[in-house]
Amino acid sequence: MGIVCNLRRAAAATGLIASVVLVSSSAIAAGGAKHAVAQDWHFEGVFGTVDRASAQRGLQVYLEVCSGCHALKQVAYRNLAALGFTETEIKAIAANYEVTDGPNDEGEMFQRPAVVSDSFVSPFPNAEAAKASNNGALPPDLSLQVKAHAGGADYIRGLLTGYEDAPSGTDVPDGLNYNPFFPGSFIAMPAPLAEDGVEYTDGTKASVDQMAWDVVNFMQWAAEPEMEQRKKTGFKVVLFLIILSAVLYAAKRKMWSNLDH
Amino acid sequence: MSAGTHQTGGTGSGLVKWIDSRLPVFSYMQKEYAEFEAPKNFNWFWNFGAILTFMLVLMIMTGVFLAMQYTPHTSLAFDSVERIMRDVNFGWLLRYLHANGATFFFIAIYIHMFRGMYYGSYKGPRELLWMLGVVIFLLMMATAFMGYVLPWGQMSFWGATVITNLFSAIPLVGDSIVTLLWGGFSVDNPTLNRFFALHYLFPFLIFGVVILHVIALHVTGSNNPLGVDPKGPQDTVPFHPYYTMKDSVGLAVFVTIMAAFVFFAPNFFGEPENYLEAAPLVTPAHIVPEWYFLPFFAILRSVDFNIWFIDAKLGGVLAMFGSIGVLFILPWLDKSPVRSANFRPIYKWFFWILLLDCIVLGYVGGKPTGDPVVAGVEWFKVIHLGYITTFWYFFHFLILLPLLGIFERPKPLPKSISEAVLGGRTPGATANAKQMEKA
Amino acid sequence: MSDDTQDHDGSRRDFLYLSAGAFGAVGLGAALWPFISSMNPSADVLALSTTEVDISQIEVGQRVTVKWQGKPVFIDRRTPKAISEAESTDLVDLRDPQTDADRVAQPDWLVVVGVCTHLGCVPKGQKPSEKRGNWGGWFCPCHSSHYDTSGRIRQGPAPLNLPVPPYKFLNDTNIKIG
Repeated sequence: MGIVCNLRRAAAATGLIASVVLVSSSAIAAGGAKHAVAQDWHFEGVFGTVDRASAQRGLQVYLEVCSGCHALKQVAYRNLAALGFTETEIKAIAANYEVTDGPNDEGEMFQRPAVVSDSFVSPFPNAEAAKASNNGALPPDLSLQVKAHAGGADYIRGLLTGYEDAPSGTDVPDGLNYNPFFPGSFIAMPAPLAEDGVEYTDGTKASVDQMAWDVVNFMQWAAEPEMEQRKKTGFKVVLFLIILSAVLYAAKRKMWSNLDH
Repeated sequence: MSAGTHQTGGTGSGLVKWIDSRLPVFSYMQKEYAEFEAPKNFNWFWNFGAILTFMLVLMIMTGVFLAMQYTPHTSLAFDSVERIMRDVNFGWLLRYLHANGATFFFIAIYIHMFRGMYYGSYKGPRELLWMLGVVIFLLMMATAFMGYVLPWGQMSFWGATVITNLFSAIPLVGDSIVTLLWGGFSVDNPTLNRFFALHYLFPFLIFGVVILHVIALHVTGSNNPLGVDPKGPQDTVPFHPYYTMKDSVGLAVFVTIMAAFVFFAPNFFGEPENYLEAAPLVTPAHIVPEWYFLPFFAILRSVDFNIWFIDAKLGGVLAMFGSIGVLFILPWLDKSPVRSANFRPIYKWFFWILLLDCIVLGYVGGKPTGDPVVAGVEWFKVIHLGYITTFWYFFHFLILLPLLGIFERPKPLPKSISEAVLGGRTPGATANAKQMEKA
Repeated sequence: MSDDTQDHDGSRRDFLYLSAGAFGAVGLGAALWPFISSMNPSADVLALSTTEVDISQIEVGQRVTVKWQGKPVFIDRRTPKAISEAESTDLVDLRDPQTDADRVAQPDWLVVVGVCTHLGCVPKGQKPSEKRGNWGGWFCPCHSSHYDTSGRIRQGPAPLNLPVPPYKFLNDTNIKIG
């Protein structure tokens, strides 16, 4: 009886929280963040494709800068073939990382270098460890970030390049940083990109803008690896359907022309 | 057997006859679709019954194949959906067809319903036909809601939390019902698991009610844009091939539009937040349901005051369910003997106002209630627009419709469909008929 | 046959029909119950519905976090200063007016669900190193909501006080939450 009673109260408490959320959701949305400027991305539009050179550089930015804190668990090393990397290159990239495997014959877990079939190795074993190393904030997985924000690629590029000094009078809380593109303007992530933060293998000058551009191209591919196949198939399907509609309409006109209607 | 066969066909017809005399599926199809006489004056809005049937089949097909790849467990659901998107052959196509299919299913049913309201298709003798349609609509909403929980994104989780909590507004047993729905103390693995089971079951219930809907339709026959019953063969055409062909045209156009979204803007109708895995301790900034629930969500939120002994929460829930409840009794609220709004000069206007009202309700449901409707005009907030539109919704059904039935003077009805269609011309004047079609 | 026996037959028939119907209904109801009941929280879920906490090791001024039904619960052994601040607060200063006495079973111990009522973040202030906000209670880092030493909202966007979970003292050193 006691338990049932408590269940009711617990359910009521949760209900209360939820209804509060309903009401209070209004408060934050009104606060809004600065809108990022829309960019002319290579992947946009009906015929848009992945800018492979840029996405390859973006992978380098991810691996050398972002992957210290951010996981990319939905993407496997084998997927990099779609960006134009060779089997040998992919094997070499994967081999830089260690994964826990096992148990072996002795029943022990063991470390081994990652292979192409592995997913990108996460920097932390779990969310709690990630929080503990990042002042309580959880660095989000980057696999789907482009799809997970209104404004998508533009938002992330704006965020990465949008760090600035807080306007006078704004009190930035300890451990947070000022970025007007982030909802609420205070973000736990310090400005991740610095001038020449990576040395691009293709010799491109690694400005902050360039790195942001490249890593967003990479993240867009990571979020929608099916995009090129989807658009290519879609073009054929829609074309077929338009012709089918036209033919059906003509047939219908012919059929109904015998009728008084 | 062969000697007695009058069928003109070959060996197949012998088999057909053999089966048909034991299980009359062929004569049923012949009677209900080939010979079934439909009014000859349907316009393109009459395509949506066929389109909805197609959508139901498409949703069941894509759903069954998605279910072969999906894992209904809180720790695996999100990743299993991503696996479908990335690794399963054409998995992205199945999933985007299913997700956008839900959207287009609702677009089609809303057009179908408003068509019914404009042309008075709910009026006698089609009351049960209409009510079965409302049942289908309710089942669709339940199915769509549970399906949206399955990817286990942030909106899945928080949408489920908010909506299941609605039941806690029921006096006395509310909290027990919510616990029963959850199978725990919050939306969690038991909830996800049962939602998956029910999401798989409900489409087949819908299928059953659709069969009843079609049976009821074939008893009364279809309504038509004039709302005048067919008087004889000069007013009708066989359903097949005339309307199967016309439906095919409408269906092809509809699917073309849907395909454009599936392939080129698959997340247009979705919430970005649902690409973040559910986190029970992190509430999204702005919880909104899918677009097709927004008008009802707006009605729910617009009752934010106590009415006598009914508190705001229960009031909102009652209003939301009431907004669908009035559709059930619509055939008895609208007392006008005339069906088609074309012959109801006043109702016609109120129909368009109701449509506008529902669209504005949709806008209200998607906005934070405290925002001003027009930037800068602080005294008029979204919630105020919600009060007005919610009031109007119920005013339309509960007050206006009964009064219109008494006070409205309808225009004279045409004597028959063929008279109206041919405009007094003798049959055979096809040149003019073509102009009619364009008009 | 007389009318009398016919009546007798009739009432006996009615009785039998009625009994059959009643038994059928009871049987159907009983058969349905396992299905409905299976949807209610199962034994393993129920086992986690309550949490017993040993509070004997908590010193004055110390705060600990325990998990209850997947949510963090803050247990605060309050200092006399914190108690007097919580008790002396004027209700008109509160957004969600509640006296401190309404929120505690014993003034020394405050037990609240550690989920910000704004958007569900977990407020800071459990560790001595963390910022406790302007009212010495908790501070939510997400959108700067400040809670006082009774877990009541004092500043920032959150609309309600931190909820108090159902709990009771089993004895001086143990409490049962849930």
